[in-house]
This record gives sequence, C-alpha cells and structure tokens, in this order.
Amino acid sequence: MRRTPAALVRAQPRPAHTIEFDGRPIPALPGQSIAAALWAEGILAWRTTRVGGRPRGAFCGIGVCFDCLATVNGRPNQRTCLLPAGPGDTVTTQEGHGRADLAV
Amino acid sequence: MPTSPSEPAAGYDLAVIGAGPAGLAAAVTAADLGLRCALLDAGPRTGGQYYRHPAPALGATRPERLHHGWRRYTALAGRLAAHTLAGRVDHLAEHQVWTAERADGWLLHATVGPAAERPATVRARAVLLATGAYERQLPFPGWTLPGVVTAGGAQAMLKSGLVLPGRRIVLAGSGPLLLAGASSLVGAGAEVPVVAEAADYLGYARRPGVPAAVPGKLAEGAVHAAALLRHRVRLLRRTAVVEAHGTDRVTGVTLARLDRDWRPLPGTERRIACDALAVGHGLLPQIELATELGAETRRTPDGAFALRVDARQRTSLPGFWAAGETCGVGGADLALAEGELAAYAVAGRPPAAGLTGRRARLRAFAELMAAAHRPGPGWPGWLRPDTEVCRCEEVTAGRIGEAVDGLGAGDARTVKLLTRAGMGWCQGRMCGAAVACLSGGAAGGPDSRPLAVPVPLGQLGQLERSPRPDQPGRPDQPDQPDRPGRSARPRS
Repeated sequence: MRRTPAALVRAQPRPAHTIEFDGRPIPALPGQSIAAALWAEGILAWRTTRVGGRPRGAFCGIGVCFDCLATVNGRPNQRTCLLPAGPGDTVTTQEGHGRADLAV
Repeated sequence: MPTSPSEPAAGYDLAVIGAGPAGLAAAVTAADLGLRCALLDAGPRTGGQYYRHPAPALGATRPERLHHGWRRYTALAGRLAAHTLAGRVDHLAEHQVWTAERADGWLLHATVGPAAERPATVRARAVLLATGAYERQLPFPGWTLPGVVTAGGAQAMLKSGLVLPGRRIVLAGSGPLLLAGASSLVGAGAEVPVVAEAADYLGYARRPGVPAAVPGKLAEGAVHAAALLRHRVRLLRRTAVVEAHGTDRVTGVTLARLDRDWRPLPGTERRIACDALAVGHGLLPQIELATELGAETRRTPDGAFALRVDARQRTSLPGFWAAGETCGVGGADLALAEGELAAYAVAGRPPAAGLTGRRARLRAFAELMAAAHRPGPGWPGWLRPDTEVCRCEEVTAGRIGEAVDGLGAGDARTVKLLTRAGMGWCQGRMCGAAVACLSGGAAGGPDSRPLAVPVPLGQLGQLERSPRPDQPGRPDQPDQPDRPGRSARPRS
C-alpha cells in the first residue's frame, strides 16, 4: 500500500464534500481546513501580495503568519489554515488586500 | 457578556490560556485540587500544536502514529472530559484571547470562532499563560515562494489535515523540530532527500551530563534518528538552504556549507530538486499578552525573550502564572511538569513529589538546546538586497540596509517606522527576529503590542470600560446571540 498521511493513521473519513476554488470544484474531507483541501489538490497559492502581486499560500499552518488569507464566501482576509472547509464554500484567490470594491 | 452560560457570577478561580501540554496539565490538575477553571484555546480541539490531531470526521483510527507520547494526551483529555462533565472546567474552544485586563482579578477579552465572528469576555481570579510558541524564521532568497513552509507548519497541516505540501520535501534550519518533522513526513509518504541543520550538533557534547539526566529526550531523538536512517534521509550539519528556486512555486534549493558563524562558504553550493521546503530555526515563546502588561522577561541562551517565573511558575504580575514554552522553549515534557506545578501553586498547595526536580532537569536541557542552536551572526551572508525580509509588508533586506546604514536606524522599532518591516498582519512574528538582527542593536526588550492578534474593529467598539474594583459584578455587555447558521459579520 502506498504510504500516505491517511494510510499512516488508518483514516476512515466521512464522504468528501465539494468546495469551489476560483470556479473549479475541489473535494474536501469533512474536518479539513480550506488550506488542507487545497494542498491535497496540489494547490499551494491562493493570494497575491499587495505590493508585488506575488503568489502566496499557507506558510505557518497555525494561524500566526496570515500568509494564507483568501476570500471565502465573499469575505476577504480569511485565514484558510484555520477555517474548516464547509460544503459548498466558495474560495477565490485574493488580490492584494481583497477590498477592491472599496476603491481604497 | 460571559462566554459560557456556566461562568460563575464571581468569575473563575483560574483561567488557563492555551490548551496544549502545559495548559491541559494545569487545568485538569487545578480542577483535581477543587478550582473552578476556564480553559481557553484558539483551536477547535485541545492538544495545542504538539498534540494537534485531526477532526473526528477525518476518522483517524491510529492518531498516535503522528505523535510521540500520545497516551499522555489521551489521559489528559480523559481527565478533562470528566471535569467538564462535572462542571469544574469549561473548555472554551476557538477563543483567541487578544488582551488581558486587570480588574479585581483579570478580564480576558477574546474573539470567538475561526473567523473571529463574535467577542467574549472571561473573568478570573488568576490567569495562567500557556500560549506556547511559534517558529523563528531567518529569511533567504526565495523563501516567499509557495511550497516553502515552516517546519512546524508542515507538521501542523499533516497532523490536523492529513496533507503534505509536496512529494519531495527538503527540511532546513536549526533545532530538533527538524528531525521530528522529517520523521513524520517520511512516515506519511513524503520523500525527504536532505535535512540541513545549520548548527553543529557537537554543541550538546559540551555538557554531557545534562542530556544524560533526561533519558526521555534521548529516547525520542533515537526514534527519529532510526526513522531517518530507515528512509535514507541525509542529515547534513553546518549546512543551510541559501536560496529557494522557482517562479510561482518552489522547484529546487541551493544548499551551502556554513562556517562556525553561519556564513556560507563560497564554492560549497549544491543545487537539489524538490517541490517543497520546510524551514525553521527553533521556537520563540508567545508571550505578548504578558509583556503588554509589563511582565518581566529573561533572555534565553538563543537570544529569545521568555517570561521570568519563580520556582512556582509565578510571573512578576500578581495573580498571573506562566508554564511551558512561554517560560523558555523546552518541549512537551517540561510543559506538562510546569503546568502541573503552576496548578498546585494557584491552589495554594505544595507541589507533588518529584515535580520540582523534574522541571529543573528538563529546564537545564532546554537551555543547552537553546545555546546549541542559537543562530550564528553570519546568517545575513545569504541575503541579497532584493530578498524580502518582512513577508507581510514586502520589505526587502536592501531597504532595511538603507534604513540602518543611510538613515541611522539602530534598532528594530526605528527600522519598522522607516520601512514598515514588522507592521503587517503577523505583527512581526515572522520577521521580528531577523529584523532585530539586521538592525544591529540587541533588542532592549520584547515587542509590546496592545492587541495580541488582529481584532475586528466592531468588537473593539463594543468593549466597555471594565468595572472598578469597588463595583463588584460583571459588566453587562451588549449581547450578540449566535443564531445557528448565521454568523455575526463584524464590519472591519
């Protein structure tokens, strides 16, 4: 059997649900954070920086660094490493501060 | 507005902040001794970072395989469940405390929920700070690329989400967490070609009596070493990742040998391919809630600030205790011992036999580790002018150099005011150690920030003045009922 994190702990997860990332359906296991669901799909970046427009994703994984911010269900600046992925959640890559609608 | 319907009218006897090893041990021991406790933690489940584990829905039937000493955690969790059922402990999950306020005892203000949806206030006669630590980072070219993560972060995402950042993961930095991380990652199916340790492990050999006095530590190290041998992981000493390569994600790294001061040795560079890199230079105590109140600190041998506590875990603030990593990073065994010690002290009882000696032995080992992995002064030798040092504000080493050399900044605070380094979301936690070093001056004291985490403005606006000591009772704050399916959306 191929060694995987799930195989290591003999996980028997409940059926996956679906979240949407930039319009693309992504499976998420119940109990996974949004960042974990994205990593599982090989996605490492879901934000661009305010100054250089550079891609960023999860860095510290524990809610300290704020690099993993994204827009979730229309709310910008959500820490995806802490936020559980709920069925039907819509995640969009956050451009800069995520408040383009305020024209600031 | 009490957080919990069961909060006693006069507040709790003890509020423990942090439900990792130290906080858990403290809360259940204090409850054993008859104290009414609140256990607040930012996470959804107890365990902190060390015992971080998947949500029940992920159905991990063998969670112990990602842990060392998992049985100690299940024993503590079992005791907590019994105390919770009996009404002696309220476990307040997803409560992130952002300030502590003196008010006839203490008032703790927290945001509640993973998106900080609502505010909460907890009143307690005594507080124990068991907020653990976060990782020290030293920047290098390419460290902001996706796929470069912290060593602790790779472990955290694995332990709670059962995911990996890539298939072929290099680990680099300094400290025992790298070995523990590599051991977990290979067990979970990752290929780990190299663990690059910047320090020289011979540092431990200077005082051979200290590690020998803590056989548990040696046993844990042996377990990791065996896993690394089995999976053919190469452990390189005096080696650092001096650059991560890639455009939109990391595709490889350059390793270089270091001299005694951690300066890269020209001509020793080697490039290896990888699709993820996990980096970290040990841990830094997370003590903002106490330093903001003026608590005394001490410098640990690796240059970090930790809270100064007495033999009974008391800080310099009345009614304010600390245990575990907040008193200097030393690992889970030490945290468990100190949490228990603090609980006896808060309850006004003498400590259980053997606890004080155990703490002393483990503290001595922690100080030895800190000295062995202290970052060398030559690490800025791997920076380039365009290397981002502050990740949040995208401030480069070149701009920090201008502030220091051109504008005469001599400390991290002045550099912050001139460049914005350390002014971002993470409140300087990721770049603080590096900026302090590049500013040339040894920091006079730890960072002081009124808010320990970003707080929605709407919640700050709702904060009432706390009652004066001559006005007993809890302040009645505007209530925000949490309707199922509808989260209050603070305007921030």
